[in-house]
Formats: sequence, C-alpha cells, structure tokens
Amino acid sequence: MGSTYAIEADDLRRTYRARTGWLKPKRTEVEAVRGVTFTVGRGELFGLLGPNGAGKTTTIKLLNTLLIPTSGSARVCGHDVERETREVRRRIGYVFGGDRGLYDRLSALDNLRYFAELYGVAPRDQKRRIAELLDLVGLAGRERERVEGYSRGMRQRLHIARGLLHSPDVLFLDEPSIGVDPVAARELRRTVADLASTGTTVLLTTHYMAEADELCDRIAVIADGSIQALGTPAELRRRAEGRRVVEVEAYGVPESAVDALRDLPGVRETAVEARGALQLLTVHSDAHVDVQSDVLRELAGIRLGRVDSREPTLEDAYVAIVSAAA
Amino acid sequence: MNTLRMLAIGTLLHAKQISRSPFEIAIALVVPVVQATLAVYLFRSSGEQHRLLEAAVGAGVMGVWSSVLFGSGGAIQSQRWQGTLEMIMLAPRRPVLVILPITIATGLTGTYALLATLAWGRLLYGIRLDFAHPVAFVVAAVVCVVALGLFGLLLAATFVLMRNANALANTLEYPVWLVSGMLVPITVLPSWTAPIAAVLPTTWGARALREATSGGPVWPSVGICLGISLLCLALGALSLTHVERRARAAATLALA
Ligand SMILES: Nc1ncnc2c1ncn2[C@@H]1O[C@H](COP(=O)(O)OP(=O)(O)O)[C@@H](O)[C@H]1O
Ligand SMILES: [Mg+2]
Repeated sequence: MGSTYAIEADDLRRTYRARTGWLKPKRTEVEAVRGVTFTVGRGELFGLLGPNGAGKTTTIKLLNTLLIPTSGSARVCGHDVERETREVRRRIGYVFGGDRGLYDRLSALDNLRYFAELYGVAPRDQKRRIAELLDLVGLAGRERERVEGYSRGMRQRLHIARGLLHSPDVLFLDEPSIGVDPVAARELRRTVADLASTGTTVLLTTHYMAEADELCDRIAVIADGSIQALGTPAELRRRAEGRRVVEVEAYGVPESAVDALRDLPGVRETAVEARGALQLLTVHSDAHVDVQSDVLRELAGIRLGRVDSREPTLEDAYVAIVSAAA
Repeated sequence: MNTLRMLAIGTLLHAKQISRSPFEIAIALVVPVVQATLAVYLFRSSGEQHRLLEAAVGAGVMGVWSSVLFGSGGAIQSQRWQGTLEMIMLAPRRPVLVILPITIATGLTGTYALLATLAWGRLLYGIRLDFAHPVAFVVAAVVCVVALGLFGLLLAATFVLMRNANALANTLEYPVWLVSGMLVPITVLPSWTAPIAAVLPTTWGARALREATSGGPVWPSVGICLGISLLCLALGALSLTHVERRARAAATLALA
C-alpha cells in the first residue's frame, strides 16, 4: 500500500485570519500552528500532547481535511490532504471530545444509520456493522433512545462508534476523554488501545500526561504551535533527569513571589496550577541543590499546606518541556 | 442507486430532526392558523369562493417558502452549532449530496404548512376545497416542494460560508413572497419586478398551484418550475464545491 507512513506532516502552518467590527474593521491574525513536522507509522498510536491553545485541534483539522494549511503539506495513507481530499476522507475517522457533533433529537440508531449512508457503508453490511459497534462501545439496548437524553460518556461512546462505522485505517481522536468520568475514561482508553492493537493507526490529542503515557507509542509535546519534544514516553521522561521537584500547596501566592522563586539559585522552572481555593506550586531544581528551604523562605507570610520534595515524574518532564517553550 | 438511497434516508432523518425542534413545533401550530385567517380576511370582501381557496393555497406556499428559507439557513447554522456540519462535510461525498437532503427536508416539513393552512381554512372558515384539477394540484405541490428545496440548496451555498446567515434569511422572506406572487397576483406589482419574478422557481410553483386550484394550463408552469429547479441544482452543486473549499480555507465550518 504505497506509503510506509500512515501520516506525514511536513512543515504545516496555519494562520487564522479574522475581521471584527463593521465600522472600523480590525484584522486579527492567530498563528495557531507554526511549522509542525512529524510522521506516524502504520498501526502506531501517536500522541499529541499540549496545553489548551497549543494548536492540537488545528493540527488534527489540517490532517483530516477540515482545514487547508496556510503553508506546508501533509499526507494521510500517501494521499495529499489538500488535493486528494476524498481519498483521504474514505480512510479516516474523526472523533472529538465534548457533547457536540451528534443529532440530538434523533436516536443513536438513526445517527449511526445516517452516517453509515453518508460514509458509504454498503447497505447489506450496515445492520451488522452498527450492531457490532453498539456492542463495542456498550450502547447495545439503548440505541433507540434519543441522544438528547444521553450522558456525556454515552455521547462520547456514540461518537466513537460513529467514527468507526466505515472501518477507517487512521483514526483522529481529539481530546476524547474531556468531561468524561474516570471510569468511562478508563473504558475509553481500553477501547483505543484495542483498536491500535488490531492495526488501526491512531492520532490522539490530549492535555493529560497520564493518558498519553499509558496509551501512546510515541508522544509529540506541542506548545505555542510547534513541537517542543518528540519521543517515546521513556525518552521524554529522561528530559527531567538530573532534577528534583518541590511541590508546595499555598493560598493566595502573588505573582511577584513566583517570579522570585524562579530567580533562586539552582531553580530551573516554576509552575503554578490553581486547584480551587489553593494553588499548587511546582519548583524544578538541579538534583544536587536542595532548594526547599530557600523556597519556604521566599514564601514566608503566605498560608501554606502540604510541602513535598520528590523525584521527577513524566508529568514533570511535560511541565519542564512546556514551560521551557513559554 | 446507493446515492439515491443515501439521499432518501438523509432527507427522512433530517425531516425527523427538524420537525422535533420545539421551536418548529410552536411555529407549525400557530403560523397556518394565522395564514388561513389572513387569506380569508384579505379576500372575503371579493365574495368569490375560488378566490378564497386560491388565497389559502398562496398562503400555504408562503409557509413552504419560509420553512425552506429559514430551514436551509437555520439548519446549516444549527448544524454548525451542534458541531455536525464538520462531521457531514467530512464524508467522502460531493458537498451537494451532503447538503441536498437537508434542504429537501425543509421543503418536506414546509409542506405541512401548506396542508395545515388548507385544513384550518376548511375548519375555521369553511373554505370549500374544490380544486379545478385535483390530480394536477398534487403533482404541482410535489414539484413545488422539490423546487423550493433545490432553490434552498442554492441559498445553502451562501449559508455555509456566512457565519451570520440568519441576517440574509431575514431580508429574503418578504420580498420573495411578494415578487413571486404567492399572495397577490404578479400583475398588480410594479413592472420592474417582472424579470425577477420570471427567474424565481417560487413564481412558477405558486402559479402552477393557482392554476390547479381555479383552472388554467397547469403543466407549462410545472415544466418551467422544474426547469429552473434543475438549473438551481446545477448552480448549487457547482457553488457548493467552490464554497466548501473556501470554508476550509477560511475556517467557517466550525464555530470557533
Ligand atoms: N477558528 C479560529 N479562529 C481564530 N483563532 C482560532 C480558531 N481556532 C483556534 N484558534 C486559536 O488558535 C490557537 C490554537 O487553537 P487550537 O488548535 O484549538 O488549540 P488546542 O486544540 O491545542 O487547544 C488558539 O490560540 C486558538 O485561540
Ligand atoms: Mg483542542
């Protein structure tokens, strides 16, 4: 089958142009993807990992023909995404997270029937294929209910069934676990892993490190529209070698204090994550420097919770890569 | 064969999805009554029975037109909202085959407005439903619905590209009602509207229905109506292919 790669992206770029306002039109430009290059082998499960706004969805839409690249090119199963659109579309499935993308006032069965027709599943295969997929995603028995009554997780599973109707060679999954409860998310990961093990190429985007770590053969970390690191989970983990991580739970840390932490000797990166009322400060330092006492001194007078010093995890490697890009 | 099957199933399912909207149901309950009433009060003074029926038919066709106009624009807008527009455009099909079932479905749900207007006219005001050519009337009604659906296709091409499609739909509702003589005969309109009326499929559809109602040569109008519709189909198909590409360049298939 021609190309050895399922997906080839070559210096993909995409700029969104928008005009706002009628009287005094203002042009805005967003460079969402700035030169992305990678390849995905047939049957590989490839992860695109990055924070919100990194350009993951845009990259997926460039590859699945929904958007035309501003420059650069890409091929899916050897077919150019811009010129051989229909050839590409025949071979791909697209599933995105969230609860949109379905006909709410129709039943799951009607949704699947419609898309089976649209995606050219042969009439005599439709019944069997739909039953198979309803079984696979655990919706058998509920298929005659209207989708508007479905839970988030059920919708997500219906989405997946829909994306698989025409047995695509390449499946694009854009943050499929968003807003899904932990149990459903685990089921979903198992379904994805099963698909990959039976030969489907999967390109998965996520902003959960753990999800990428568990599922993916290789991961590209994307931030700010370009790839910051690419490798197996083990290779990425090595990025954080020679570091130590101090985690501090705090309440009401001013910006200035975080800046001060960054300037401490031996500190490589700092990150702040809001978790409800409290903030989680993560301070990466060289492994041989003990910065914990310096950190606590800088935070004097601020209400603190748990303080912890530990070995870096893959999550820390991800934080290190992303914050180095910022 | 498979394409026809896809179009038929697509049309039925879209009609199902559209007709289950609470907004549509509310409109469907109220509008035909209002239209039947309007027709009766506008024409009762003339005292002629068949003028009354003609007016009710005209009002019904206006209902089909509104359904197509807002349906084609609204359906595409609401599919953009639901995130289904991307999913259907992603099918390995010509764009025209993807959009056509939606616009025909709006014509189909609009037929209800035509029938309901006649039914209310009969029920509330005792309009006698004696058509001059009953069979021709049924044929003309089917052609009219298909014609409007195909005209909707042409509109849909514009709607895929424009995010604020509703604005356009709003400005088109009344002019087309008037110009194509759905309610008042074209002959009472200023002469500059005549060329516009002549190219609108709605004009010929409404005329065919009027002729079938009160007598006249129905078939020429039906023929012209079909001809213009096929032209709409060809133009719509061409422009949708062009528009799909532009939408992918301008990122207008999704909301954000
Ligand atoms: N249709 C659009 N018009 C303008 N800007 C957009 C559009 N879609 C995305 N963006 C911007 O492009 C950037 C990348 O977005 P996206 O690809 O959705 O990121 P991610 O999926 O990683 O969260 C963001 O800054 C986002 O605001
Ligand atoms: Mg995204």
